[in-house]
Amino acid sequence: MGSREEAKPQTTTDFCGQHVATRDAYGATLAELGAENEKIVVLDADLSGSTKTAKFAKLFPERFFNMGIAEQDMVGTAAGLSLTGKIPFASTFAVFETGRAWEQIRQTICYSHLNVKLCASHSGLTVGEDGASHQALEDIALMRVLPGMTVIVPSDGYETRQVVQAAAAFDGPVYVRLGRAKVPACLPQEYRFQIGKGYAFNIGKDVNIIAIGIMLPMALKAKEMLAADGIDAGVINMASVKPLDKELVLKAAQASKFIVTCEEHSVLSGLGSAVAEYLSETCPVLIKKIGVQDTFGCSGPADELLKLFGLTPEAIVETVKAGAAQK
Amino acid sequence: MAAAAEKTADIAQLKEQARRLRVKIVKMLAESGSGHTGGSLSAADMVTALYFYKMRHRADDPKWPERDRFILSKGHAAPVLYAALALAGYIDRSLLGNLRKIGCPLQGHPSSKQLEGVEVSTGSLGQGLSIANGIALGLRLDRTPARVYCLMGDGETQEGQIWEAAMSAGHYRLDNLCALVDLNSLQIDGRCEDVMRIDPVAAKWQAFGWHTIEIDGHDMQEIVAALDAAEAYQGKPTVILARTIKGKGVSIFEDKVEFHGVTPNKDELAIALQELGE
Repeated sequence: MGSREEAKPQTTTDFCGQHVATRDAYGATLAELGAENEKIVVLDADLSGSTKTAKFAKLFPERFFNMGIAEQDMVGTAAGLSLTGKIPFASTFAVFETGRAWEQIRQTICYSHLNVKLCASHSGLTVGEDGASHQALEDIALMRVLPGMTVIVPSDGYETRQVVQAAAAFDGPVYVRLGRAKVPACLPQEYRFQIGKGYAFNIGKDVNIIAIGIMLPMALKAKEMLAADGIDAGVINMASVKPLDKELVLKAAQASKFIVTCEEHSVLSGLGSAVAEYLSETCPVLIKKIGVQDTFGCSGPADELLKLFGLTPEAIVETVKAGAAQK
Repeated sequence: MAAAAEKTADIAQLKEQARRLRVKIVKMLAESGSGHTGGSLSAADMVTALYFYKMRHRADDPKWPERDRFILSKGHAAPVLYAALALAGYIDRSLLGNLRKIGCPLQGHPSSKQLEGVEVSTGSLGQGLSIANGIALGLRLDRTPARVYCLMGDGETQEGQIWEAAMSAGHYRLDNLCALVDLNSLQIDGRCEDVMRIDPVAAKWQAFGWHTIEIDGHDMQEIVAALDAAEAYQGKPTVILARTIKGKGVSIFEDKVEFHGVTPNKDELAIALQELGE
């Protein structure tokens, strides 16, 4: 595999403060890692233009494997590559990666605890016009239940870059949930992602909002709206859904005795459930879960879908106020 | 290909080794009272030829990077793998008596996390060929002469993923990969042709870009020759389509669908051991 000087990607940005889709930050970071580490190999299932692995494919064609429209085979092939010491990143849309190939991920990757990185784009409602068939609202649930799986949901480009680097450095299966739509930058420059660690923007006295993905900037906005009404809300980024930062969750629950979770995912078995499972046994407090209410998505522009399904700062504010009255 | 060390097969010795494998299989299954008899015995000659003739591997260094890899895609035939690993010196022979017991690394289906010498956990059918493809691609990237062998069942090829993987191996021209299909004609619910017809087998694999070799899967000379021919063949993956008899070696188990997942009782074990020359 002679090193290809000319193949080095352009100097990449760290995406701090940039309005980009997490899939774009993933593609750029993957290309960057590919130049640094010859063990990185990438697989895709005919969606490399959408998942942004095409950038890596162009730079390192000998380490890129298009597996065609065959997700089960892609996941199994990634497993095999890991058995020769490679660090495979396998990408497609989240529905297909976690749904179509779930049992392959369970049997081959998780049961053998293989070093495979599953980085799926097009998660959640913000897939938009393609509709319910392509909107993964169950992927966190499907991955979280697997023993030994690490589940990460980055919020912005800056965090995505760090997550992808951390996944490459970590020995074991990792699921990274990426999105299609551009998202506002929300994590500060000093932020450093660590598997198993959350990040508190602040801890509130009245409520703490634990959010992931595109819901994090909404939670920050909701916090400001609540402050105007005299409600002290904290906001926590819990990108590491599994392992959950239990210490931070407990601290937040003890401080406010009221937690709101926010995710662009079903309210069943996602982040909200992970938080509730833990707190119900350690510090039972009121927990309100914002997410998609046990239903499929539908076609439409991403922004409008978020409003339709109640994933907005206004909906968070409303939920907090309803909870505060109930407390 | 690699300057293959000129190995000549001692057919008589391999046959004797296969006999020993079968003895270990029936004994461990009888002791366990649980496990898959028929499909372990049908694969015994092929597994013997792989572990004791063809594959370059080191029992004292199971992770030797240049080793040839064996993937038991039909994971329910775990007893044949455990018998080979025991006879090759990977695992303590005394473990065989604890097959499927709590705390024993000899799980009902092979677990790589629990047993040295098992490359990857299998058991859910249809997944091994994709894994073998990935290993073959990785070895090719590393310019390693090591080869990959993947053993499937015939019923197993009803799984769609096998054909996704067959397509990939053909597409990527994985000539460092050799698949073997144990064509014992039976699956749990009956004869493959009644449950879900898989014929024409060779034409299917050829259509997916494979070099095919059809043999009698119990003729050691034919198995050895096919494995050698597979290694010599360039530009395509090879699949050895081996006609076998489920339960081969013990008359009361042979071609009996009921011995898929049933173990020998005391009397049957006595008959088996006698027929196997123990």
